Amino acid sequence: MNPVIAHLPVLLLVLPIIAALLILLAGMVNRNFSYPITLATISFQFASSLIIMVSVMTGGTIHYYLGGWAPPMGIELVIDAFNSYVLVVILAMALLIAVYARRGTALDIPPEKTVAFFVVFQLLVTGLCGMTITGDIFNLYVFLEIASISTYALVASGRNTRSLIAGFNYLVLGSIAAGLIVLGIGFLYVATGTLNMGELAAMLPASYGLATVQAAFLLLMIGFSIKVAFFPLHLWLPDAYTESPSVVTILIATATSKVTAYAMIRVIFSVFTLQYITESFPVTEMILVIASIAIIAGAVLAIAQDNLKRMLAYSSISQMGYIMFAIGIANQAALEGGLLHILAHAVMKGCLFMVAGILIYRTGTTAIRQFSGLSKTMPFTCAAFVLAGVSMIGIPPTIGFMSKYYLVLGAVEAGQYLAAAVLLIGSLLAVVYIWRVIEIMYSGSHQEETLHTGAEAPLSMLVPVLILAASCLFLGIFVDVPLAIIEPAVTLLLGVG
Amino acid sequence: MTEELFTLFLSRYNYWMAIVLMLIGLYALIAKQNLIKKIIGLNIFQTAIFLFYISFADVTGGTAPILLPEGTGALYVNPVPHVLMLTAIVVGVSTTAVALSIVVRISREYNVIDDDELGEVMQRP
Repeated sequence: MNPVIAHLPVLLLVLPIIAALLILLAGMVNRNFSYPITLATISFQFASSLIIMVSVMTGGTIHYYLGGWAPPMGIELVIDAFNSYVLVVILAMALLIAVYARRGTALDIPPEKTVAFFVVFQLLVTGLCGMTITGDIFNLYVFLEIASISTYALVASGRNTRSLIAGFNYLVLGSIAAGLIVLGIGFLYVATGTLNMGELAAMLPASYGLATVQAAFLLLMIGFSIKVAFFPLHLWLPDAYTESPSVVTILIATATSKVTAYAMIRVIFSVFTLQYITESFPVTEMILVIASIAIIAGAVLAIAQDNLKRMLAYSSISQMGYIMFAIGIANQAALEGGLLHILAHAVMKGCLFMVAGILIYRTGTTAIRQFSGLSKTMPFTCAAFVLAGVSMIGIPPTIGFMSKYYLVLGAVEAGQYLAAAVLLIGSLLAVVYIWRVIEIMYSGSHQEETLHTGAEAPLSMLVPVLILAASCLFLGIFVDVPLAIIEPAVTLLLGVG
Repeated sequence: MTEELFTLFLSRYNYWMAIVLMLIGLYALIAKQNLIKKIIGLNIFQTAIFLFYISFADVTGGTAPILLPEGTGALYVNPVPHVLMLTAIVVGVSTTAVALSIVVRISREYNVIDDDELGEVMQRP
């Protein structure tokens, strides 16, 4: 193999960290240098993730030993079908958000803060990449904290002073979660004496009966549930999503939440195993029940909101329920649906939050009732909202329909008819909250007195939105393309192969 | 009976202290209204985790893990948890730094650093 490609997994992490320093230094010289460097670095990361995915698809799982130290002495980067897929999804989102951020930050971030903003932005994306590709559970915690601390700073970075309180509350809850995770990792280390995920999976079955391992599992689950805002541990999420700058909301709603969900699935299925959660320590039933409640409760709370961003935030809680639902069912079809939903939700929610950001940028309001007649002045933005909204509801042939279809299929296969009904009720509730916005956008007259301007969004903001809206449709029609990557990933997770 | 329990307590003294510290930290995080006190609670919570890691790394009668000349052996404590905790300390310091800087901005914007009073200030238009 080409030596550069062989070292790509580590370059994916090291170069962006150097670039983050470079952004800071270049920003000291001239503030305008920081954005191009960020864009270039994220483009590089996206390109490398594509190359890595292709080589994983053709050459199998990549094991990269940092510094040449083989585990258990050294830290290992492991890239298989599952995380190469997640890596491509989050970096594609990060790239589109970086394009969007050129104009998108203008409203929320004071000009003198843009350099710092992009440094932290770059660190967050790098932290997420690290979480995705690491094969060492303590390393996972370190990258999780790099990403989380960047997120706390970003949430509190806006002009909106309420974001400070949202950021502080998120920091407190996030740090408790991190504490529980690191405690769980400690318990695992006590039980096995290793931190490498592959070795943990091999050594844990011998001590499945130990209370230490059960405590470790529960601590890790509670910690990750807070980080992904799994109902009822979601209390930090609505404020953090609503009050933070638009660009930050998009990034944490798509990339951060997806990578944390990935980490949770990785710990459940690759460190512990399917056999553990179904036989030794049966928790799938409970996860299924809580996920069902999350789907319904999130959607009902979303209906009650008048603020567009807050409505989308509650909708996120509902949608994360779908991903957890897949863990609760834990069979081939349901997990395919769950992993597809990671992509689907990233694309749809990214698009919807970008539209929300554009509406704030152009009209200065997030109150849903003030959107009447917007379709006449901002036709493309509203059309994108409709496409992503339709996908959120799950109307064929969109990607949102395909992921829910596989989830229902999995639930029926497992004989959980009641749970399958919950998925359908969740979709019906999504109709209520999405359709209300669409109806107001497309009916009624444009109220000049409440809205400042009604021009279409700037091109650099509109293009990412349109790309995502089109992806909602085309990924649904050509669903075989993502499924070709997801299927081997699920087989790997379930350990059937 | 009581004596046995007491010896059990003494032999696991560090772990009990880790639990006590952790609960003190959580209590401060939940019950204290002052944001600075919440941060202190967070630090106590993290310290409890450091104590837990360092405690299970210890080996009775163990010495520092230093490479010895060929032929000599020694019982030494497990160095890995110590190294992990160095990383965790860095994480804890960074979290504290971000938290304190957010509190500084909150106090500049609202002139309060108390959760209850903050709620009142937020209610005003």
